[in-house]
Amino acid sequence: MINDTIAGVSTAVGNSGISVIRLSGPEAFLIADKIFKGKYTVSEQKSHTIQYGKIISNETKEVIDEVLLSKMEAPRTYTRENVVEISSHGGYTIAVSLLNLLYKNGARPAEPGEFTKRAFLNGRIDLSQAEAVMDIIQARTQRVSKIAVKQLEGSVSQKLNEIRERIITLLSDIEVNLDYPEYDAEEITLSKAERAAEEIINELDGLIRSFHYGKLLREGMDVVIAGRPNVGKSSLMNRLTRKNRSIVTDIPGTTRDTVEEYVNIKGIPVKLVDTAGVRDTFDRVEQQGVERSIKAISDADFVIILIDISKGFITEDQDVLNKVLGENKPYVLCFNKTDLVKDKQTINEFINSYPGAILMSIYEDTGIDELEERIFGYATENRQDMDNQVLITNARHESQLRKAKELLESAHRASQLNMTLDMVALDLKAALEELGKITGHHADEDVINAIFSRFCLGK
Amino acid sequence: MSDFIGGVYDVIVVGAGHAGCEAALATARLGFSTAIFTLNLDNIANMPCNPNIGGTAKGQLVREVDALGGQMGISADANFIQSKILNKAKGPAVYSLRAQIDRRAYSDYMKHVLEMQENLEIKQAEVTDILCKDKRIKGIRVHTGTVYYCKALILTTGTYLNGSIIIGESKVSSGPDGLLPANKLSNSLKELGIELLRFKTGTPPRLNERSIDYSKLIEQPGDEEIVPFSFLTGELNIEQVPCYMTHTTEETHRIIRENLHRSPMYSGEIKGIGARYCPSIEDKIVRFADKESHQVFVEPMGLGTKEVYLQGMSTSMPEDVQLKMVRSLPGLENAQIMRPAYAIEYDCINPAQLKLSLEIKGIEGLFFAGQINGSSGYEEAAAQGLMAGINAAMKLQNREPLVLDRSQAYIGVLIDDLVTKGTNEPYRMMTSRAEYRLYLRQDNADVRLTSIGYKIGLVTQERFDRFMAKSRLIEKEIKRLQETVLPANNEINEFMLRHGSTKIVTGIKLYDLLKRPEIEYHYLSEIGQGADLPKEVIEQVSISIKYEGYLKRQMNQIEQFKRMEERRLPEEIDYSSIHGLSTEARQKLNAIKPVSLGQASRISGVSPADISVLLVYLESRKRKG
Ligand SMILES: Nc1nc2c(ncn2[C@@H]2O[C@H](COP(=O)(O)OP(=O)(O)OP(=O)(O)O)[C@@H](O)[C@H]2O)c(=O)[nH]1
Ligand SMILES: [Mg+2]
Repeated sequence: MINDTIAGVSTAVGNSGISVIRLSGPEAFLIADKIFKGKYTVSEQKSHTIQYGKIISNETKEVIDEVLLSKMEAPRTYTRENVVEISSHGGYTIAVSLLNLLYKNGARPAEPGEFTKRAFLNGRIDLSQAEAVMDIIQARTQRVSKIAVKQLEGSVSQKLNEIRERIITLLSDIEVNLDYPEYDAEEITLSKAERAAEEIINELDGLIRSFHYGKLLREGMDVVIAGRPNVGKSSLMNRLTRKNRSIVTDIPGTTRDTVEEYVNIKGIPVKLVDTAGVRDTFDRVEQQGVERSIKAISDADFVIILIDISKGFITEDQDVLNKVLGENKPYVLCFNKTDLVKDKQTINEFINSYPGAILMSIYEDTGIDELEERIFGYATENRQDMDNQVLITNARHESQLRKAKELLESAHRASQLNMTLDMVALDLKAALEELGKITGHHADEDVINAIFSRFCLGK
Repeated sequence: MSDFIGGVYDVIVVGAGHAGCEAALATARLGFSTAIFTLNLDNIANMPCNPNIGGTAKGQLVREVDALGGQMGISADANFIQSKILNKAKGPAVYSLRAQIDRRAYSDYMKHVLEMQENLEIKQAEVTDILCKDKRIKGIRVHTGTVYYCKALILTTGTYLNGSIIIGESKVSSGPDGLLPANKLSNSLKELGIELLRFKTGTPPRLNERSIDYSKLIEQPGDEEIVPFSFLTGELNIEQVPCYMTHTTEETHRIIRENLHRSPMYSGEIKGIGARYCPSIEDKIVRFADKESHQVFVEPMGLGTKEVYLQGMSTSMPEDVQLKMVRSLPGLENAQIMRPAYAIEYDCINPAQLKLSLEIKGIEGLFFAGQINGSSGYEEAAAQGLMAGINAAMKLQNREPLVLDRSQAYIGVLIDDLVTKGTNEPYRMMTSRAEYRLYLRQDNADVRLTSIGYKIGLVTQERFDRFMAKSRLIEKEIKRLQETVLPANNEINEFMLRHGSTKIVTGIKLYDLLKRPEIEYHYLSEIGQGADLPKEVIEQVSISIKYEGYLKRQMNQIEQFKRMEERRLPEEIDYSSIHGLSTEARQKLNAIKPVSLGQASRISGVSPADISVLLVYLESRKRKG
């Protein structure tokens, strides 16, 4: 019954940034060989050993990550099947690319809990645990569907449902013609089907592009630290990168050019940009720097506006804020140097007049966590938390969207080639089933692989 | 006073409609002494509604019944007056054969087939009671009090149970076509604890064709080339009778709207549940208000009668309104109604109480088939009748029941849908209900089923030998096409261009040539590569080559499906004791008692997680030994 090879994440992308991707099934070694370059091929590699190597996309030839790969031959493995585990340091984005690469090379996305299911069905998990396994299935399924629903809330789910509706409309147009040939329903022609399929493909394409870990997560996000001179921008940069990259002095106008540095904030790749303090100046070098700061703001995905709380919120701070508002950029206000303000009253006033602002003291290392949290939160907005489950669900959804798209392309081709309507219908129905797996409108025949439950994969 | 015992049989069939005839013929042909009871011997295999057999999905059912050794296809071939393949342009998965039938001739023919059948007795009586002892069928009692004993009982009572016919404000107790209803049997079923539903269906008026001005109608002739239903029937050649088409007018719609309050459907008089797919004309006009006109077909009811059927005008309006409605159609201005349209309400059982063998759960030897199971249509009835007959016989032979699955036949889809999902309206077969439509074609019904029928014992040696011969021809031809390579010369390329294809540069196999959508098999003779083969062989060869990719995909899907069907769920499982199942799943599973994980997964309320729980449960059961 179990005869395909599945892939999923077995260890969450946690604070360590390490994720472990697991492949299980008869083809595990073959699939791994398609994308892994090490000293040995995976097939040659000795069982129960680890080797170092590179994951290379066999499409783009691009190196995705450097990893450790362990090989375990059945039956002495977690699932009692051939197992490959790939440990990567790359964080969320890399883990997703890695999974997608495996799906493209013949692995099927593992359903939540499927590794455990296989372990049980293959006799690895003891009979005495059967009841516990069954209990967990129900409980976790409920959780998983909750998460899926949450995740699908908003624009993505709306779009998905729209697409489903369109396929259903097209399909029923065809079916009525097939089942009631002599009724005077409007006749659906191949060219009509072709056009409709094309439109749906475009919609699907858009959805696939926007679906999850969008541009921000794939390419990282640009975060600009802005503020008038001497508020502590370079100090914050150094703190966030844990490097002494930017020069810090008590002289306003120290930073004359933008300084960039890459950091990883809770698994999100971030390009941090330290800027020259914004103010009116006659110094031509500084002027250039200010212009660059303004350009940086307009290119930013997110802006940190730093204010020196000990000096209060002054006109120059307002100027910076206005620039950011003018560019319509998401931002966060940080009131730095709280260590200099002794009376609580002032601080409270600030908080009340600028709700959502962060109180910070780089000297005392307060407010930094909160800022990181805010950046991460923005990057992952509408994506709930970046936990394991979300990662897996997203990667699986994407793979299903792609399958649906392929099937629609096949329907489109069939219409173009003048195949008959029944063949077109066959493709459309299959596409609908793929989408149904995302939205939970479940299609009967694929139940064997249907969601077992949200076992945190790999336990 | 002790009962008069009228007879003792292996099998008794109650009802001699399309289901009953197939059931009785099957058990008798399999060697069991059988009696078939009908309310009226003059209406065996009656067609109280449309005078045709086949159509989309239904044509496939008839082919399947035939491939298994049933009767309907043979009888239809002997009594049709027009034949047509529907959906010819829409693809092999949905080609469907439909024939207009001479209604009286068909009935007489079927009666004769029953009369001539070895092991079969035919009796006219109203069956009033089902006799049961210790949850096992004993026999029946008829209205005269006479008792008949049997080991298996098959109920195929159609729409006769507590039938009542409604025409406008009039409602009378009656079976279809003015025949007697069966008013007692429902109570007997209720006493056995069987849940009944009340369904509704309807039929349009019949007219005298002499009152129709055909010059205003559009003729609808049959196909030039006649394709028979039965794999046993050879060439057919008859003088065909046309159908005609007209349409509703603004006037028709106005009449209906103005009289809606007199329609029992809208006044609340009719409580039975009608089918969405078969609305009455007043339904159509209310629900599709912007549609200006609906098609109406005039279909002949036989060669020996002037009576015609008015398809599309099913209604339960009062007679005076009916006449106005009919006369508002072009060509029917002076039409005479011979039989008015009517709606009929009847009792049927909730089919979810059945096993896939069509035996009811909890009573040994009691089978149900046809409209009593909530289906509609002659073909659906015949298919169930055949299966109930086969399975009654299997039971008496102590053999496993014959259950066709959804990937084997429309019959499998039909019965699985009824039994697993139940139905809340009269169930009609449609090709879109079949997941594996591309494989469940009418041309390969024999490939799918004849060997099975042979093993059961219904398929005669003659039929089996013919099937084997055909299979060999198909195999040989495919081999030839695969082994013959055409050179890339002028003649071939001219041929290619002539048929709108592109030139070839290297040699090409005939097989690959035929894969091109634009190249038809019969073109091959132009380049001296044709073969003198029967049409049905060529059809299957072409389909299997042209649609190879799709067929392969379908076969993969079927393989997946089969894996789930093969995971058997033992009957004795008590689902309420299984840890981890949802409450709803427990109830449903205990009620339906699915035979496989696949069937369980199709029960509404059983989630994929419940299926996984069952998987784990099955595994632990196995390990416990
Ligand atoms: N008390 C206190 N001083 C701070 C804090 N953060 C930074 N400073 C000091 O403020 C001064 C200016 O810091 P920078 O980081 O150079 O400021 P900047 O915004 O980059 O200044 P420009 O580059 O000139 O625009 C330095 O003397 C820092 O040591 C803080 O949290 N508390
Ligand atoms: Mg600076």
